[in-house]
Amino acid sequence: MKKKKKKAHSSAAVNSKLLRRPIRRFGWLFLLPMAISFLIGFIWPFLQGLFLSFCKFRTTKKWTFVGIDNYLRILDDEQFLYSFIYTAIWTIVSVVLINVIAFAVAYALTQGIKGTNFFRTVFFMPNLIGGIVLGYIWSMIFDGILSYYNTNILEKTEFGFWGLIILMCWQQVGYMMIIYVAGLQAVPEDMIEAAKIDGASGWKTLTRITIPNVMPSITICTFLSLTNGFKLYDQNLALTEGLPGVLDKATGLNTYTTEMIALNISKTFGQSGAFSKGEAQAKAVIFFILVATIGLLQLTSTRKKEVQQ
Amino acid sequence: MKKFFALLLVLVLAVSLAACGGETGKDDGDDAKTGSVYWLNFKPESDAALQEIAKMYTDETGVKVTVVTAASGTYNDTLTAEMDKATPPTLFVVGNDAAVKDWGEFCYDLTDTEIAKELNTDAYQLFDADGKLCSIGYCYECYGIIVNKALLDQAGYSMDDITNFETLKAVAEDIHARANDLGFDAFTSSGMDDSSSWRFTGHLANLEYYYESVDAPDAWKTCPAEIKGTYMDNYKALYDLMVVNSATDRAQLAAGGFDANAEFAEGKAVFYANGNWEWSSLNEKGLKAEDLTMIPYYCGVEGEEKAGLNCGTENYWAVNAEAKEEDIEATLAFMKWLVTDAEASAKAVETFGVMPYKNAAESSNPFLAQANAYASAGNYTMPWVTNFQPNVNEYRKGIVSAMNAYNADPTDANWDAVESAFVAGWASNYAAVNG
Repeated sequence: MKKKKKKAHSSAAVNSKLLRRPIRRFGWLFLLPMAISFLIGFIWPFLQGLFLSFCKFRTTKKWTFVGIDNYLRILDDEQFLYSFIYTAIWTIVSVVLINVIAFAVAYALTQGIKGTNFFRTVFFMPNLIGGIVLGYIWSMIFDGILSYYNTNILEKTEFGFWGLIILMCWQQVGYMMIIYVAGLQAVPEDMIEAAKIDGASGWKTLTRITIPNVMPSITICTFLSLTNGFKLYDQNLALTEGLPGVLDKATGLNTYTTEMIALNISKTFGQSGAFSKGEAQAKAVIFFILVATIGLLQLTSTRKKEVQQ
Repeated sequence: MKKFFALLLVLVLAVSLAACGGETGKDDGDDAKTGSVYWLNFKPESDAALQEIAKMYTDETGVKVTVVTAASGTYNDTLTAEMDKATPPTLFVVGNDAAVKDWGEFCYDLTDTEIAKELNTDAYQLFDADGKLCSIGYCYECYGIIVNKALLDQAGYSMDDITNFETLKAVAEDIHARANDLGFDAFTSSGMDDSSSWRFTGHLANLEYYYESVDAPDAWKTCPAEIKGTYMDNYKALYDLMVVNSATDRAQLAAGGFDANAEFAEGKAVFYANGNWEWSSLNEKGLKAEDLTMIPYYCGVEGEEKAGLNCGTENYWAVNAEAKEEDIEATLAFMKWLVTDAEASAKAVETFGVMPYKNAAESSNPFLAQANAYASAGNYTMPWVTNFQPNVNEYRKGIVSAMNAYNADPTDANWDAVESAFVAGWASNYAAVNG
């Protein structure tokens, strides 16, 4: 009771004219540090990067403008196209699996089982480990198992594909679970009770009451796992580094079958030669446009399904 | 609680602001007059020694020397990032033709500088297309097959029994066959992960390029657009010998995670493909100089009884032409000090190998002594032709990928793929970066 009173008191203080007026007048001052950091850390590099994608450069200060040459070079890059398609397929599979599993775990952990908090902590923990470390640890685990069959994760594309799926599920399920748990706890009790009284089955309650009510969580989780999938780099690098390759015997060049798009971009940037950096920059611009478009499309489409409580 | 939190935030803000301010203030301070040295080093294993050397110089002269070491395999990325900064490296590494192409415009012309005049050979100089002296070697190294003579003796052989590929093969196969009784195997493991694959895509590959370059020296004066692959069979013979006659199943090699250095140091193998830089770590682990030697990569080429070790370097110094005038001066002075000062050059030689400078200390490395012994006996030294490899990371990765498939299933068809990655891959990668 005492707490409530205090809260009311403090909110009255915030609403007082004496405080409100200076806040209104100097609001921009409080926004300034963040706005400046955003400008320095995001907007400026972004514009610079956009510009450099039309340049041949070695360091960002030494560039020559080459027009759309870099973009034209990408058209000939089969590996980039392959990596894009591979990344898309991989992302679809991982989005579905991560969200289904995370939702299932969250649902189970909101049913009031004993030790719920313990399980939540345990499921969340993998998320605290860095991607590179995870990649190496899991490559050891997979190789340990596969060595019984006298093979290893670098030998087949399928191994690399599912290996990365397992790794990412393991890492991300806990994080998404937390968001789902929050969503599930916000589902109004009375609605569920009403459904029960009306004789709805458990399944019906889940699909007609619970899921529509956690739609905001589903929106955010799908968005996160979708963009995470496209942007995946560390884990990909540490687990397979794109191997195995399929060799074109005529050219002696490989198509690396588990190389995802972010890894491809960083690899291009690291190559020697005058054009590699500009080309990588152009790839990054295309990459940004793709991820942004797909992310926004997904957001609008799932937002439509959200219900207001 | 809230108050405490707010206070904490304010503190963090204040500290970070102070930190930013402090750093710039310091930079403006003492460097402006005297100039300073910033060395971007590319060998993680020599970082500790370089830090000591830097401190020695600062103590002696008061000039600030910063040594930053790029993580293994990321030198180019680090260099790219550092070069963009307001205080870029003044001393960096431009180790081969491709690097000269990439970084040549940043290189200060070292022609007729005092440091260039200290060189005792013109073997380690890299020029750009216009004849500008872009970089000079600060040390050279050698590699080959390190042999544990004590173990060889236990197996009933001596160094005289190994004079060419035939004899090496006979000895290795015999030891491998008796590995269980002897308690050690012929070769250390040959992991194909990044920490070890360079042994085969770099060092071992050199024999192929080297013998090709002997056949056509003119074509190999600069990086050739394509190679023939004439000695691929020799390369395969030695690779197979190493992979088969070791304790590790070749199907496991792709995954990596082996520690060849430890295997050798613990006396589990007689032969270990590596370079002179392993000496200090082997010595620390208890191996003695008299028990160790290094032999050439024997691979069945005619006349190889007269082969010596692979000697060369990727350790080439370049001075940043875009650095401040006084920093360039300071850097040149530091370089000269490092190759002439008795104490400093002794320390550098210990970690680097031989420094090809008139007044530098002598190296006490037994493997380098072995390289010299071969050379003075009239054997031919194999230079590091590997330095020409075009688009090197991609090129080598292609070979590793093909070799993984070959190790999983060692058929002729799979070796054809290795050959394609090796030979056709050279031409394609050359075209990719020069096209």
